[in-house]
Amino acid sequence: MKTTLILTTALVASGFAASAQELNVVSWGGSYTKSQVEAYHKPFTEMTGIKINSIDADNPATPLKTQVEAGNVTIDLADIELSDAIRLCDEGLLEPIDPASLPPAPDGTPAIEDFVDGALQDCAVATIVWGTIYAYDTTKFTGEKPSKIGDFFDTEKFPGKRGLLKAPKRSLEMALLADGVPAAEVYDVLGTPEGVDRAFAKLDTIKNDVVWWEAGAQPPQLLADGEVVMTTAYNGRIFNAIADEGKPFQIVWDGQYIDFDLWAIPKGAPNLEAAKQFLAFSTDTQRLADQAKWIAYGPARKSSASLVGLYQDGKIEMAPHMPTNPDNMTNSLVNDPEFWADHDVELNERFNAWLAG
Amino acid sequence: MTDTTALLTTADGKPLKSALAKSQGRARRRAFLLVAPLFFFVLLTFIIPIGQMLFQSVYNPTFTQAAPNLVRWFDENPAGSQIDEAAFAALAADLKQMKTDKTAGSAGTRINYDMPGTRSLFTAAARKADKLEPPYREALLEIDKTWGDPMLWRVMRSAASALTADFYLAALDLTRDDTGAIISVAQDRQVYVTLFARTFLLSGLITGLCLVLAFPIAHLLATLPLARSNLLMILVLLPFWTSLLVRTTSWMVLLQGQGVVNNVLVSLGILGEDGRIQMMYNQTGTIIAMTHILLPFMVLPLYSVMRPIPPSYVRAARSLGASSWTAFRRVYLPQTLPGIGAGALLVFILAVGYYITPALVGGADGQLISNLIAFHMQKSLNWSLAAALAGLLLAAVLALYWLYDRVVGIDNLKLG
Repeated sequence: MKTTLILTTALVASGFAASAQELNVVSWGGSYTKSQVEAYHKPFTEMTGIKINSIDADNPATPLKTQVEAGNVTIDLADIELSDAIRLCDEGLLEPIDPASLPPAPDGTPAIEDFVDGALQDCAVATIVWGTIYAYDTTKFTGEKPSKIGDFFDTEKFPGKRGLLKAPKRSLEMALLADGVPAAEVYDVLGTPEGVDRAFAKLDTIKNDVVWWEAGAQPPQLLADGEVVMTTAYNGRIFNAIADEGKPFQIVWDGQYIDFDLWAIPKGAPNLEAAKQFLAFSTDTQRLADQAKWIAYGPARKSSASLVGLYQDGKIEMAPHMPTNPDNMTNSLVNDPEFWADHDVELNERFNAWLAG
Repeated sequence: MTDTTALLTTADGKPLKSALAKSQGRARRRAFLLVAPLFFFVLLTFIIPIGQMLFQSVYNPTFTQAAPNLVRWFDENPAGSQIDEAAFAALAADLKQMKTDKTAGSAGTRINYDMPGTRSLFTAAARKADKLEPPYREALLEIDKTWGDPMLWRVMRSAASALTADFYLAALDLTRDDTGAIISVAQDRQVYVTLFARTFLLSGLITGLCLVLAFPIAHLLATLPLARSNLLMILVLLPFWTSLLVRTTSWMVLLQGQGVVNNVLVSLGILGEDGRIQMMYNQTGTIIAMTHILLPFMVLPLYSVMRPIPPSYVRAARSLGASSWTAFRRVYLPQTLPGIGAGALLVFILAVGYYITPALVGGADGQLISNLIAFHMQKSLNWSLAAALAGLLLAAVLALYWLYDRVVGIDNLKLG
């Protein structure tokens, strides 16, 4: 059974096998992948001569899991979310990573103390802290502008279509925050059947006004096309649309959802040593700070913060646009990976049923 | 009688019967060799993968591999036995093994399919497994009192046999209660039956629309002089040769709120700026785009059936006094039935399995069952459930094919 499965998959996938001097790195695409290419991939190739193939996926954890389970791994390194990093590590699908193998901060602080809390996992190392926010098109609202998380659900005061990620994760938390649940209690409430009902009841109020998106590059596009007047999005994508393309978008930080993105190496990665070398290289203080030059995500090392300066255009000060800026964190929610590892199946089922009904 | 047949011989004296068998055998072997490449190709790329997939829908060994001691305990103690200390000891031994093998996550995921919220039960207990000491019952209940839940033990017993019907139950919105009786899942979790119904309904509607649109086109193509009908045929085939993805995204450009169709209607003053029609991200979008994409599959079989119908038949009917409607209904239409059957069956079966178009333009209520199969293949990674859903879809299509054969007769199918 397993061998034939491997055989048929191998037949299909053999065309993608990479040579020893190449690394296959999977990430989320769009301006986020571009920031990694500029800050990590290019300097690494320059230093070592190892070519990096950058591959896009809606969620890189998916091809990673599929490949390891089918026993035919072509991915060397993947950029994944915290809950996926913990879950895949639990399932034994990731290579463990020794924090001692990571470079210390410039002042000699060991990596284990230099990374922010939760950024170093057994099998993954965080590079960025990112926020899911909502943004609106300023030209669509002449009078009062949306400013609170609740305004996203207020279609009377702010009429028009909304863009929302087609997944229960983040949508449910957002609904509860908008319904007045304090950020610290959101996961406790969502852990009860009444809390789940409450979140879906809140989502019901805008169900007919929602355009669902799946890839991170979609929401800025939906806003730009005028398909929606406001949409949830990853803060860096909206920042790039404003800074690079001069779009009239405005980010609402109230109720933002904070998560890590981490590098992880799948079990059986074809170029394990090179992948480890790249992982250590790309998570040093300077590289992490460099990435902020290309996209508005916060570096996962404390020592990088002071090195974050201007955007690549040399004009915009990046600090106020970081999800970790204290002004942006007054009402913010931090992802609870344990909660999602447990309730993923159940809430996805309910969400799919709700969506189809 | 038998004597006379035995006497028949060929010119060189061999019995006719064996000579005939020999030459027929040779012909059969040659015929087999000719189809052998195709046969092995179909076997390797079609039958084996589909067989594997269907096998996965009833066979999931994740839990049996991770928990051999529990499997043994379940084998020795029939359903309904007291969950005794031996059972907990087996569980503890398995948890220790899971910690070393790092299989707690996948074992927990398998149980989590049937009993939500139990995945972390396994990962958390496996993390502390080394510290587990007898009596195991108390030790495990101390970690989490869910370990004593009879429902959990019912689900573990069910998962302890790799051969299972659980995934087919889930695919039909059914589950088992803690006594093992089959019941419907809670109202707010029922999704698959609705989606199956919607898939067949929309596919039927799309087939009907295709027929209505394709019939006049095919008739025109079949009756025009060859030079002009060839030109028209190219117009039918051109979109057919264009990539599916390109055609779907073109429809997105046309149909979206700020798209071509709405812009034209607004600039003509037919619609107000606020009255733009929502034609995408809903069922309307799915129906429009899929009808267009599947149209050639209806036009081509119809055309190939209509082309050889002599126009003199209808003329004869007319000259014998039939009205144009009667002539069409009694003379022309029956002759096109094989084409209608072939086109309808082709379009319907393709529509039932459609995935990309509804995913892109379907929004929430334009999703079909194939989108959920893709969800379980790619996102939730519950391949067994995806396989069960696909298996049901396959069975439904085969049933339809059988029904078609009974009612219309498969010999009447004509593709060209």
